[in-house]
Amino acid sequence: MKIDTTPEVSGMGHSMKRKEDPRFIRGKGNYVDDIQLPGMLYMDIVRSPFAHAKIKSINTEKALKIPGVLAVITGETLAKYNLHWMPTLMSDTQMVLPVEKVVYQSQEVAAVIATSRYIAADGVDAVEVDYEPLPVVVDPFKALEPGATVIRTDKKDKKDNHIFHWEVGDRAATEKAFAEAEVVVKQDCYIPRIHVASIETCGCIADFDRVNGKLTVYMTTQAPHAIRTVFALVAGHVGLSEERIRIISPDIGGGFGGKVPVYPGYVIATAASVVIGKPIKWIEDRMENLQADSFARDYWMKAELAAKKDGTITALRIKTLADHGCADAAANPSKFPAGLFSICTGSYDIKHAFAEVDGAYTNKPPGGVAYRCSFRVTEAVHMIERVTDILAQQLKMDPAELRLKNFIPKEKFPYQSALGWEYDSGDYARALKLAMERIGYPALRKEQAEKRARGELMGIGISSFTEIVGAGPSKHFDILGIKMFDSAEIRIHPTGKAIARFGTKSQGQGHETTYAQIIAEELGIPASAVQIEEGDTDTAPYGLGTYASRSTPTAGAAGAMAARKIREKAKKIAAHLLEVSPEDLVWETGKFSVRGAPQRSKTIQEIAFAAYTNHPQGMEAGLEAVCYYDPPNLTFPFGSYICVVDIDRGTGQVKIRRFMAVDDCGNIINPMIVDGQIHGGLSMGMAPALMEEISYDENGNVQGGSFMDYLVPTAMETPSWETDKTVTPSPHHPFGAKGVGESATVGAPPAIVNAVVDALSHLGVTHVEIPMTPERVWRILKEKGVAE
Amino acid sequence: MIPAAFDYHAPTSLSEAVALLSKHGDTAKVLSGGQSLLPLLKLRLGQAGHLIDIGRIPGLEYIKEEGGMLRIGGRTRESALERSEVVRTRYPILLDTAQVIADPLVRNMATVGGNLAHGDPGNDHPATMLVLGAQVVATGPKAERVIPIDGFFVGLFTTALQPDEIVTEIRIPAPPARSGGAYVKFERKVGDYATAAAAAFVTLGASGLVERAGIALTNAGPKPVRSTAAEKLLTGRRPDAAALGEAARAAGQSATPSADRRGAADYKKEMAGVLALRALTKAVQRAGGR
Ligand SMILES: Cc1cc2nc3c(=O)[nH]c(=O)nc-3n(C[C@H](O)[C@H](O)[C@H](O)COP(=O)(O)OP(=O)(O)OC[C@H]3O[C@@H](n4cnc5c(N)ncnc54)[C@H](O)[C@@H]3O)c2cc1C
Repeated sequence: MKIDTTPEVSGMGHSMKRKEDPRFIRGKGNYVDDIQLPGMLYMDIVRSPFAHAKIKSINTEKALKIPGVLAVITGETLAKYNLHWMPTLMSDTQMVLPVEKVVYQSQEVAAVIATSRYIAADGVDAVEVDYEPLPVVVDPFKALEPGATVIRTDKKDKKDNHIFHWEVGDRAATEKAFAEAEVVVKQDCYIPRIHVASIETCGCIADFDRVNGKLTVYMTTQAPHAIRTVFALVAGHVGLSEERIRIISPDIGGGFGGKVPVYPGYVIATAASVVIGKPIKWIEDRMENLQADSFARDYWMKAELAAKKDGTITALRIKTLADHGCADAAANPSKFPAGLFSICTGSYDIKHAFAEVDGAYTNKPPGGVAYRCSFRVTEAVHMIERVTDILAQQLKMDPAELRLKNFIPKEKFPYQSALGWEYDSGDYARALKLAMERIGYPALRKEQAEKRARGELMGIGISSFTEIVGAGPSKHFDILGIKMFDSAEIRIHPTGKAIARFGTKSQGQGHETTYAQIIAEELGIPASAVQIEEGDTDTAPYGLGTYASRSTPTAGAAGAMAARKIREKAKKIAAHLLEVSPEDLVWETGKFSVRGAPQRSKTIQEIAFAAYTNHPQGMEAGLEAVCYYDPPNLTFPFGSYICVVDIDRGTGQVKIRRFMAVDDCGNIINPMIVDGQIHGGLSMGMAPALMEEISYDENGNVQGGSFMDYLVPTAMETPSWETDKTVTPSPHHPFGAKGVGESATVGAPPAIVNAVVDALSHLGVTHVEIPMTPERVWRILKEKGVAE
Repeated sequence: MIPAAFDYHAPTSLSEAVALLSKHGDTAKVLSGGQSLLPLLKLRLGQAGHLIDIGRIPGLEYIKEEGGMLRIGGRTRESALERSEVVRTRYPILLDTAQVIADPLVRNMATVGGNLAHGDPGNDHPATMLVLGAQVVATGPKAERVIPIDGFFVGLFTTALQPDEIVTEIRIPAPPARSGGAYVKFERKVGDYATAAAAAFVTLGASGLVERAGIALTNAGPKPVRSTAAEKLLTGRRPDAAALGEAARAAGQSATPSADRRGAADYKKEMAGVLALRALTKAVQRAGGR
């Protein structure tokens, strides 16, 4: 990639140090829990020990006797204002506080408001709730059997636990292709429930100003504007009106999709503040976060791949059951109940495909958030990368060779996929070949053969994923009707510096740096002189927020387009100053000069000053612009990952020896930040492959509900990642970029699984479910008679 | 994660601390590094009316070899073991152990006395102390008494300590020539308690036969497990692969683990055997035999 700006300007392609880091490194970040307001009260939540139970009574007497406990809020309290239920982003409903029954363990049952956090906890301990346990539905397959206990008895005509059926593709043509196939492989695959486990848990301070009737909520949210509108829609009937709601997202310690939904705690704290008239802080602890907030994944997939004997893939069919817990509280675009799962044809030129997903209710926390993935892409990629390997194994072909044979060739882009997407650009073979070269693929295969002869277990796994990010074009993408554009507003100050505000919200991605670099690239103003703000709905332009790798594709594009509008006006001012016609001016970074007379020029700083001091008659003063960018298409980042593992035959432990990640996210704004995103994403991809899982026992008791058992990898478990890149720009994005935040989370797990299966393939193993814990792997070794 | 209210005492002498313990009886708890006790209180799994913090009592943190014994002060931090020259050169099994306890943050606080006194079969020091034949020195209202480690662990979270006794020292006999010990732990991630772990200590005779063997397991039952069967199998034998394998299998047999998120009981039992073999192999190497 060509770099057009100097390091002083630091436009596209410079590894500028992150502008936000000095404050984070010095402990000067400003997170919700850092904010103290005068007279602030504290909230703590009573939670259900049962997964499904009738609430017979709630006795608050003892709690209210504790000095400092001011109120205990129950479902009955909220029911008076009709706030005991709330809508989810998927047009389902979810309890804020229960009146009749609880439907998952750790569900909010009541909230204690007290003068200190400690007293609030004592209050929680003193609330007495009398439960009558009900039959629990844990297994989503059993949930759909006739006669299963109906969980959502609140829905009048609901007689079962089925949420939705969704399908895509040509069923008949796919069936025909399968009937004619020379080879068919099948695999069931479960992607377990996991949790984003961001370092900062969720929380808020709700501050209702009774005098002005204004509600300010400081909230850990990835989508402050959308939240404001949801609040206005949900609480309009109690007098909250959108112009008097201000949502502020301060610094956020990781979101990963888990901070998109509205949680009951936010609503309870807000209601309490409105009723009491004081600011109320609610911060979850780690166990509440893991046990009650949105989970991700929980997809039960059955896939079939049809192919010719020579390895040409001809058709794909996937049937999936999605366990959504007690409510469909995913945060997908509204028209996509299974998110962008239809990317499941992956990087391959597959003519016929059909996919269907059914959603089921169970007695588990609500959700289905897109954990560092653009709505179910992780599940889709896992499945296609798994069955592709199984096909290679069946045909005794090298998995790299099979992939190279089936990749969508680069000449075919833009490519229409069988399930309806138009892939913007790609060169999949180049990425895989680079990964193979960097890791020394043939030598590894040789080493593996030698090790195998000695009884040692070593495997090499490939994943060649295609992502789909940047939601999205308004024709298809909306959340509760609000189109998924995003926005930027840039103001150039008289001295040539700038402030720019965006509709997104960084949670660690580095927007304060990368957005400044985009503007630096477009206007030549040094990135260090461009201040970026996000997250305050009173000041920033409306946008749908940051998740699904959408910030650069949407808001970043808006920033470039707004800057180009400014450049157009700057051109007119420069023409005025230089007394030539605008057509005679040429732009090079940071200045306009007269064609043929380059010594006659005006810098952007001179032009900015003139915009306030000497603007042409008849032109408005000032230099600013707004852009609401509606992307024409999504972007399709891709990559090829190769993982090498060794397996301990005594314990079953899988050790990642090497991991080579080649990513292509189009043109790159800041290579260092992209590398950081890949490193973090790989660690987060390794986690569910080897360690993380939230499961439930038959009574719906959560397993893995604390960091004792929810195994987030540390630096000690994480291998030293190796990264490289190819650059295939997006043809439709203003500066050729694609999203990158999620590629590695999506691409890494199947590479690791494929490596483990590869290590065991000579024993007849074709699949291993995740997480591939030592015990799970050891049981396979034992069964195959190779355990030490 | 907020504990119920308690009273906090910070005595500055041992006698004052013991007096406070005697006075408050069952409602009092010694607070040392706090890394086991405070989580229990914060999760409200346990409650204490009075915490007696021994952190201000002088003379409880030291590591020294004296009179044929390694003497470790009761409040000595795990991180001190990690940094100790005498531990590194003379008692590598203790370094093995300290290094795999929790993480550096916890080890800066956690103490050796607390690790034993907690009576948690998941803690790592008990197995090591069992194979080393350690002694626990406890100071009570009347006097000091020396408790041999074999009689120290009574059951799950219970030890031979009286409620008004404080662990003031741990004594480990200096290793004879041609001795070696090792501790090997298998954990799900760094900072986790053991899925399985084994301590081994061997002393070889002049002929190269095993003169004395100690084998013990972590998290393999309601209390730390010493496998005398395995020790017997090995004593008097040449420590070759066959003998070590047999002893390790016997050690695995002595495990009675229960299922939890670390694994099913049968898996943990097998792992106890696998880890015992690894610990024994390393111990024999360190003893200079092979
Ligand atoms: C995240 C985490 C991970 C951990 N992982 C491990 C691990 O892998 N392996 C491991 O072995 N440990 C582990 N621990 C436990 C840690 O090592 C403990 O701190 C240690 O076991 C207890 O030592 P302490 O000084 O913190 O004791 P405290 O927590 O202060 O006390 C523990 C108990 O012992 C009693 N007690 C303490 N000192 C004395 C004394 N001198 N006399 C009499 N009674 C006393 C207390 O009254 C209390 O009942 C972990 C702890 C944490 C927080």
